[in-house]
Amino acid sequence: MIPASFDYSAPSTLKEALNLLKDIGDEAKILAGGHSLIPMMKLRFAEPEHLIDISNVPGLSYVNFEGDHLKIGAMAREVDLEDSKEVGEKFPIFHDVAKLIADPQVRNFGTIGGNLAHGDAANDQPAVMIALDAQVEITGLDGVRTVGIDDFFYGFYATAVQEDEILTGINIPVPTGRFGNAYHKSERKVGDYATGGVAVHVELDAEGTCTKAGIGLTNVNPTPLRASRSEEALVGAKLDDTTIESAAQYASEDCNPSSDLRGSEDYKRRIIKVLTKRMIHKALERAQ
Amino acid sequence: MIQCKTSKEIGGMGHSMKRKEDDRFVHGKGNYVDDVKLPGMLYMDIVRSPYAYAKIKNIDSSEALKIPGVLAVVTGKDLEQYNLHWMPTLMSDTQMVLPVDTVMYQSQEVAAIIATEKYIARDAREAVRVEYEVMKPVVNPFKANDEDAPVLRTDKEDQKDNHIWHWEVGQKEETEKIFNDAEVVVKEQMHIPRIHVSSIETCGCVADYDKVDNHLTMYMTTQAPHAIRTVIALVAGHVGLTEEKVRVISPDIGGGFGGKVPVYPGYVIAIAASFLIGKPVKWIEDRSENLQADSFARDYHITAEMAGTKDGKILATRMKVLADHGYTDASANPSKFPTGMFSIGTGSYDYSHAFMEADAVYTNKPPGGVAYRCSFRVTEAVHAIERITDRYALEIGKDPAELRFQNFIKKDQFPYQSPTGWEYDSGDYEAGLKLALKTVEYDKLREKQAQMRKEGKLMGIGLSTFTEIVGAGPSKDFDILGIKMFDSAEIRVHPTGKAIARFGTKSQGQGHETTYAQIIAEELGIPAKDIQIEEGDTDTAPYGLGTYASRSTPTAGAAAAIAARKLRDKARKLAAHLLEVSEDDLEWEPGKFSVKGAPEKSKTIQELVFAAYTNHPQGMEAGFEATHYYDPPNLTFPSGAYICVVEIDPETFEIDVKRFVAIDDAGNIINPMVAQGQVHGGLTQGIAPAMYEELIYDDDGNILNGTLMDYLVPTAVESPNWETGHTVTPSPHHPIGAKGIGESPTVGAPPAIANAIVDALKPYGITHLDIPITPAKIFEALKEKGVLDKPIVG
Ligand SMILES: Cc1cc2nc3c(=O)[nH]c(=O)nc-3n(C[C@H](O)[C@H](O)[C@H](O)COP(=O)(O)OP(=O)(O)OC[C@H]3O[C@@H](n4cnc5c(N)ncnc54)[C@H](O)[C@@H]3O)c2cc1C
Repeated sequence: MIPASFDYSAPSTLKEALNLLKDIGDEAKILAGGHSLIPMMKLRFAEPEHLIDISNVPGLSYVNFEGDHLKIGAMAREVDLEDSKEVGEKFPIFHDVAKLIADPQVRNFGTIGGNLAHGDAANDQPAVMIALDAQVEITGLDGVRTVGIDDFFYGFYATAVQEDEILTGINIPVPTGRFGNAYHKSERKVGDYATGGVAVHVELDAEGTCTKAGIGLTNVNPTPLRASRSEEALVGAKLDDTTIESAAQYASEDCNPSSDLRGSEDYKRRIIKVLTKRMIHKALERAQ
Repeated sequence: MIQCKTSKEIGGMGHSMKRKEDDRFVHGKGNYVDDVKLPGMLYMDIVRSPYAYAKIKNIDSSEALKIPGVLAVVTGKDLEQYNLHWMPTLMSDTQMVLPVDTVMYQSQEVAAIIATEKYIARDAREAVRVEYEVMKPVVNPFKANDEDAPVLRTDKEDQKDNHIWHWEVGQKEETEKIFNDAEVVVKEQMHIPRIHVSSIETCGCVADYDKVDNHLTMYMTTQAPHAIRTVIALVAGHVGLTEEKVRVISPDIGGGFGGKVPVYPGYVIAIAASFLIGKPVKWIEDRSENLQADSFARDYHITAEMAGTKDGKILATRMKVLADHGYTDASANPSKFPTGMFSIGTGSYDYSHAFMEADAVYTNKPPGGVAYRCSFRVTEAVHAIERITDRYALEIGKDPAELRFQNFIKKDQFPYQSPTGWEYDSGDYEAGLKLALKTVEYDKLREKQAQMRKEGKLMGIGLSTFTEIVGAGPSKDFDILGIKMFDSAEIRVHPTGKAIARFGTKSQGQGHETTYAQIIAEELGIPAKDIQIEEGDTDTAPYGLGTYASRSTPTAGAAAAIAARKLRDKARKLAAHLLEVSEDDLEWEPGKFSVKGAPEKSKTIQELVFAAYTNHPQGMEAGFEATHYYDPPNLTFPSGAYICVVEIDPETFEIDVKRFVAIDDAGNIINPMVAQGQVHGGLTQGIAPAMYEELIYDDDGNILNGTLMDYLVPTAVESPNWETGHTVTPSPHHPIGAKGIGESPTVGAPPAIANAIVDALKPYGITHLDIPITPAKIFEALKEKGVLDKPIVG
């Protein structure tokens, strides 16, 4: 388990990091928590010539409620969300997901930015960010641009972050009314990637009618998937068993899982259906 | 519950003394092979085949040799010059060290790089260009002997197909007759999956050949250092490495589980490289190499059948095995036992007839067949008998516990002759199962199960009442490459009463440094903490066959007791001399001899040992040392009663092991805490194949789960709360009445879990599922039966 040889820089400002990216070009890779990148390098699936470690870059590790947004710095670690009481109160979904990402060692190092920038549909944070309608902040030498989560994932290991850019933050709108959210994934054993995972966020009016719904699916499509038909089924409706059942059915129909060691396509569709149903119920409970 | 004969200070048998070796381990002071660093040491890395079956057209090392620091690239052709390209396996088959023209499995060694740094060696792997001509491999063992299957072992002149051997035992005709006439016959086809020991420490060595002295020191991850020394001398004697010139050192070992019994090509290549270059060569496998290339365990396809009466009397069993051995038979079995102890598969039940047969085939998979925490194929046998017994209970509608009580070999039937030729030494199966049922509150559980079924919930209770066979073994039947399977102990007590004892076995985490000391403490009364235990250095330890198959306590542990008794006899003579009485007038209690009727006149063992060096009687040999080579009269037969309770999510089929009760009978127990630790670890390695582990290959022979991301080794999170307990039925023939505990849980747990899961799915009419049983597998089984989401009836 020895990676190919590489050069290493640890710039101390964002500007320096961006300049390095520009100078070295496509042979450079950002190193955040390293818990996706380094395993790939050890297996020699990835052989970047230059790693730019951004852990010394200040100001990227925040987790703050600011105005009507929850703001998460790209270098905030999974454990920072897991440990934040405030985050847990408004977004218990982050406590759900953190506990399902590997083990404490991985969560102490793995960053939220890296979890998204890796562009892997098997990672868990993407589905959560889809459910919560996150905005991703991407910084280049020309400045900062913001990309909606639906425009972020391009394909297998490919995202909106260009070669000369760095993902710097994630902004999540905090609703004012009644809302609830939840995540669960089915896994073969602890630390495994999802056989299928479902993130649900619902907002309700005073009568209990659903005004907004976000549903994201993990590892059942080449990219993290929004279950749009399921969301539509919920919005404008009272979330009774029949509505939830049909939303769950849509999610299982609209995902595109492939058969592998985790299970057959059919089995995965079933997992998505069951988890969608269960997570809507759980989000609903939390919205009370 | 356990009565100790010695005080806590002496710490003999029955004391839950903390493990002496753990201080070293928890302080990070263990000394493993990879900790060995020698001056001028070189590093080896191995180029491996990406294909399961291919001709090697060409190996081009020129680019690799250009990398600064790369000294050599060793290929099969290089070894061929010294006739070292093939080596014998323990089963008298042959295995390639490096291939000359054909690779037989994916990840097989193709060439070895020797470099000054391990990083350089690893980088050079990419630079060795190998040209292959890929061929269609034999993957499915059931198709290994089809018309169109290529004959894999063209190197063997007489080999006309892929069949390796046929084996059978029992009464074929009589058994068949019983089956023909029986009221009830049940049959299931089952696969005991190909799995891997996955010890935390991978395999490796440092081969240190000294050209001047013509001497090889081999630091090696081996469970059997003495046997390895002999094998090296047999294989390399012709190039000058005769046995007195070879020293094998097995330092601390990070788990072996049978996977460190075989001789892997890497060891041999490292020796050859050191021999040729004259410098020490280190080779340490990485995790993927370990998983993909080192010996597998199990992989038996078994057709199990049971015949009985309608009211539950077992009359006969029949088992037919297809064994997938990969491209060579590199099983680690005693020589005369191609299927190991599989014939223990008649189980804990009293019936007169059985017939078992097995055929082994070659396929394009890694070789092996190691006894993974199991005394040679006992896990396979126990799974088959315990599953088919439950199947029979299901067929006739009888409670599986009741059926077992009805058929158990009774306590007074021991020694018991099994229909396949074993003499079970002792057992009390009823007592074990009774305790297990009581612990789990069986009747209440069955009521709860009926209630849950009414509510549409899936809950199952599974039993396994197994008999193990360990401690190989008596010299009349048991040998490895001709060397009889005795084992040894040598005790030296120093003038001040402290001791060192050395053994032919080799702990890999079992706690020998503690438990052997306790055996000697029990017999001699010298405190266990004063006795240092050493194993693993062939220059110092007495010869023995090593540690696997739960044999250390049954063989070397017995040797320790007998050697200690020899010393106690000597101590008695010394006491008679010092106290001026006759030997018959002396009384022994742990730690001292005193004069009968005058207990104030006594000598402690320490005083007597001192006298052996300072004041021994005329005519008596000085010193206080003894050695014993123990040849067991029989094997020992531990047993257990395990109960597993599961609940299955009716929508996702996720399996939740709610309870697991393990009642073991390992005879007398040396250290209850160590024994319990063994049970905990063994049970975890029991849920492994039952629910998680299997090496999976595609049709081209590619391994699909060659890393621990996909080869699912269970962790503490997957382990339920183990509820352990024991009954004690001493072995009548063993000096301290002990039987061996390390493997019972690995052997006994899988069928308990499988039986529980199948029991939970009973409302759906499921009668059998192959392990590992996963949620996805349950889904497919129900789908295939057309019962998915059907309401269940209790
Ligand atoms: C044993 C194990 C189990 C795991 N299980 C799970 C799991 O169940 N669920 C799950 O979601 N994850 C899992 N992970 C992955 C883990 O969460 C990773 O930490 C995460 O995917 C990547 O974050 P990182 O900070 O470690 O990124 P790195 O590994 O450092 O980087 C990953 C990729 O993203 C790029 N990158 C990182 N940060 C930035 C940035 N700010 N701007 C631009 N590019 C960037 C890197 O260049 C690289 O290509 C597991 C990891 C391990 C080792």
